[in-house]
Amino acid sequence: MAGKEYAKREEVTVICRCEDVTLEEIRTLINQGITDMEQLKRLLRVGMGPCQGRTCSALLAGEIARATGKYVGEVKLTTFRPLTAPIKLEVLTRGETHD
Amino acid sequence: MTKTADAVVIGGGIVGCATAYNLAKLGCKKVVLVEEKYLASGATGRCGAGVRMQWGTEPNCILARDSIKMLENLEEELEYPGSIEFKQSGYLLLAYTEKMVEQFHMNIGLQHRLGIPSCWVTPEEVKEIVPHLNTQGLHGATYCPKDGHCNPFKTTDAYAQAAKRLGVEILTYTKVTDLPRNSDRIKGVETTAGIIEAPLVIACAGAYTRQLARLVGVDLPIYPERHQILVTEPVEPLLGPMVMSFYHGTYCQQVPHGGFLMGLGDPHEVKDFNEDSTWQFLHEMAAKITFMLPVLKEVRVVRQWSGLYDLTPDKTQILGAIPEVPGFFVAAGFSGHGFMMAPVVGKLMAEVMLGLEPQYPIEMYGVKRFAEGSLYVEPSVV
Ligand SMILES: Cc1cc2nc3c(=O)[nH]c(=O)nc-3n(C[C@H](O)[C@H](O)[C@H](O)COP(=O)(O)OP(=O)(O)OC[C@H]3O[C@@H](n4cnc5c(N)ncnc54)[C@H](O)[C@@H]3O)c2cc1C
Ligand code: FES
Repeated sequence: MAGKEYAKREEVTVICRCEDVTLEEIRTLINQGITDMEQLKRLLRVGMGPCQGRTCSALLAGEIARATGKYVGEVKLTTFRPLTAPIKLEVLTRGETHD
Repeated sequence: MTKTADAVVIGGGIVGCATAYNLAKLGCKKVVLVEEKYLASGATGRCGAGVRMQWGTEPNCILARDSIKMLENLEEELEYPGSIEFKQSGYLLLAYTEKMVEQFHMNIGLQHRLGIPSCWVTPEEVKEIVPHLNTQGLHGATYCPKDGHCNPFKTTDAYAQAAKRLGVEILTYTKVTDLPRNSDRIKGVETTAGIIEAPLVIACAGAYTRQLARLVGVDLPIYPERHQILVTEPVEPLLGPMVMSFYHGTYCQQVPHGGFLMGLGDPHEVKDFNEDSTWQFLHEMAAKITFMLPVLKEVRVVRQWSGLYDLTPDKTQILGAIPEVPGFFVAAGFSGHGFMMAPVVGKLMAEVMLGLEPQYPIEMYGVKRFAEGSLYVEPSVV
């Protein structure tokens, strides 16, 4: 995955490090009225990286809360999907076959 | 609260969004789309994101062929500021038995008649297209360079945004709970946010369409079936086309982002609304894919999920008016290939609803075929 060109900009805040999503990109969509975390995830890939949002979800929720005036705890998080940690396909071939 | 509209679209997947856009584009003034959760929360946002013209029946070949042509210019048509990530790097359909070789040659004959540029490739030629593929046991394959990939979230968003610009109202987190009628005619929809009166209603609710139709006393042969899928971490480009094996029941494609999307059709899957993810799937998928593409052994899986196919007995969609209930229409039963057909389906449904001459012979997709026994059994599905 090619990184974005940040060279000439003075200050960039990256919210999702795995997927290289900036605060600016998130704010642009929030300003368009997209404040649903499930939607932001699907349109920007924020939270879809190898850490599965463990690093960025809280930051994103905070940003949504700020924009909507909600309490952070009220922002609905995305559905958590397995796996808990990335695993090599080779490793997944091992073990028992099912009964 | 009661509102009125000229048409209501139930379902905010790709089919509903494309239909709503086309209704507005054809001049329908007040269109309301009702979605129970968020846009693309159903099968659309869970799908394999593959688009192919290589089908085994005429109805499917036509819809896929012309939809893919539309995808080539969809960003311009919808004036989408982003990218729908459409890429045409082909589909390779692998044949592992004599019977498959025979079926695939029949499919190619049909596809050529319909102007689809597919061809038969030998195992040696397969190796040239996908150097990493293990060709052990392979008899050959069919290949069509026009097939490929498109991002379902972005494509749905593109239709939804264009629809909104044309005045379509989109209600998310709103569920249709009833379909009121006036004698036989549809009167509108009852939702968790009130009643919307409208003379035209279309159900594009995927696997849930059968329940909706039951509300007006119509039983459609549509069955939910779970299909599981996973995505890996992004890596450097290793695989151009979608590789699909009906023998193994698998498909796998590297998407522009760099991750591999892969899924499995399980012949023992129970037909219900179960959407759980299982360890067995991971295990089986990993075994099959590392046999076919050993280069993937070192690649890590980051996420798995599942979605529902809306299966019909002939694995072909049901499109058109429901004759018993004037004003009520259905576009569902896509049996695992509705994403790639949505551009044409959206157009077709809008034309039919507005009483215009449809561009395609819609009758062949009608629900009547099940009663008449004139089915189009699609052989090429995972
Ligand atoms: C694992 C998997 C892989 C697939 N791979 C491919 C592929 O590679 N290529 C391809 O072309 N197709 C593929 N498909 C099939 C494809 O996803 C579907 O055919 C297509 O997305 C159907 O779109 P839709 O809009 O008809 O349905 P959906 O996207 O399911 O949308 C229906 C919507 O209706 C809403 N709804 C339901 N009931 C109600 C109600 N009562 N009130 C309001 N809203 C309601 C749901 O919330 C949902 O959002 C795959 C499917 C799965 C599950
Ligand atoms: S930081 Fe966002 S997914 Fe890892």
